[in-house]
Amino acid sequence: MHIGRQTWLFKNKPVIISTGTVVGPDEGEGPLASTFDFVHDDLDMQEKSWEKAERKLLEQATELAVLNAKLKDEDINYFVGGDLLNQIISSSFAARKLGIPYLGVFGACSTAMESLAVASLLVDTGNAKYAMAGTCSHNCTAEKQFRYPTEYGSQKPPTAQYTVTGAGAAVVAQQGDGPRVIAATIGKVIDFGITDPFNMGAAMAPAAVDTIQTHIEDLKRKASDYDLIVTGDLAKVGHAIAKDLFAQNNFSLEGTVFNDCGLMVYDTDKQKVQAGGSGCGCTAVVTYGHILQRMKKGELKRVLIAATGALLSPLSYQQGETIPSVSHAVTLEMEDAP
Amino acid sequence: MATSTKSKSPLWKDGQWNMSDQQYQQIAKKREPARSVFANCVRAFLVGGTICVIGQAISQALVKWADMTKEEASGPTICILIFISVVLTSFGVYDKLAQWAGAGSAVPVTGFANSMSSAAMEHRSEGLVLGVGANMFKLAGSVIVFGTVAAFFVALVYLIFGLKH
Repeated sequence: MHIGRQTWLFKNKPVIISTGTVVGPDEGEGPLASTFDFVHDDLDMQEKSWEKAERKLLEQATELAVLNAKLKDEDINYFVGGDLLNQIISSSFAARKLGIPYLGVFGACSTAMESLAVASLLVDTGNAKYAMAGTCSHNCTAEKQFRYPTEYGSQKPPTAQYTVTGAGAAVVAQQGDGPRVIAATIGKVIDFGITDPFNMGAAMAPAAVDTIQTHIEDLKRKASDYDLIVTGDLAKVGHAIAKDLFAQNNFSLEGTVFNDCGLMVYDTDKQKVQAGGSGCGCTAVVTYGHILQRMKKGELKRVLIAATGALLSPLSYQQGETIPSVSHAVTLEMEDAP
Repeated sequence: MATSTKSKSPLWKDGQWNMSDQQYQQIAKKREPARSVFANCVRAFLVGGTICVIGQAISQALVKWADMTKEEASGPTICILIFISVVLTSFGVYDKLAQWAGAGSAVPVTGFANSMSSAAMEHRSEGLVLGVGANMFKLAGSVIVFGTVAAFFVALVYLIFGLKH
């Protein structure tokens, strides 16, 4: 049901019955390592190209999600997926292996929650019994496509972010045990003229603030109704800017914890990741691994996840275009949350 | 632009932003970590200097032990430096050095070798012709283009003013 300005309220409260998370070596050295289903020791994952390695991550994550749900591929009605590569090849090629009817979506790194929102909508409206959302990213494919060859010696500024190598998938069902998807807000594309592709946190921060405030207004809630509000991959710079914007908007974050998946996935003091993590996989593995685990333990009852995406292409920034950004937010609740 | 972040008027109301691009960029600028140009220059000097010292040592060694003149030694010296750079690139070391050294590892010939070998490695998966061949000069190409253009203008100056070596 559409409520407020931009929000879907899911009346039947679809359930995330299972997840699968697979990450690379750097994430395996991060503070959330124990919350992931599988950690690869190397970046190439015994594949011949970075692109194949990224695809493998998603194939494994989706396989695990289906397996953990005690279902078979053919039980899943739809697979909603996307990634950062041109023509979203990782998701489409993974879908080829899955053989599940497939909807490809793209919202750069916000795809993590965009796909979950669409999958939940399908289930909530009765158009699917089971729908799977999945997304992935790989540090080296992102470097190759958006920046320089991975072994090229260029100095990255402290505002730069480190693309997460990882994939996360979730099976959404009409019934079952697990965190429920309560509502989703579809973000507007926002651009305040940031042009530096090494400062995507700054480009995305207003989009995150816009979507979070809209989501909470549409649901007629306060920030303090949430145990945790996380953004996708604003990292150090964007996170600080988002807090400044909330303060300026008189939007109080008191009574909640405001964090960012890009800051949670790495130990930003010890690991050389500049401002923090980014990528579709960033929000996906932190949400489907760490956050859902905490919800199931009863540590968190209501969580708002606002995945953020910078909608640039290598061509657009070389032509001097600014970086448009979008953020999609989803509220998750454990049963009997107040 | 006059609005400071401390002012009480909200920048966002009912789904609409009341903020100009310049105003936002000022807010964003405040959170951008400062970069020490001085520290970067010192690092670049140290690493760049060290690479040149190594080059000089190789050249001296060739003169002393390989029975070459100073001029004859310059070619093999560059080849050895390029070889070292390519090996370090292949082992995934050069990019880590560069993050610390900045221009220090980019400016010497080793940086040029790194730009070519890293591109060649990266695009090997697309085949030898369309991958390695077509992408090797992806980064190095502009160095060659602008190097040639600069050389042309310098040559023009020599020609016009009749300068000689």
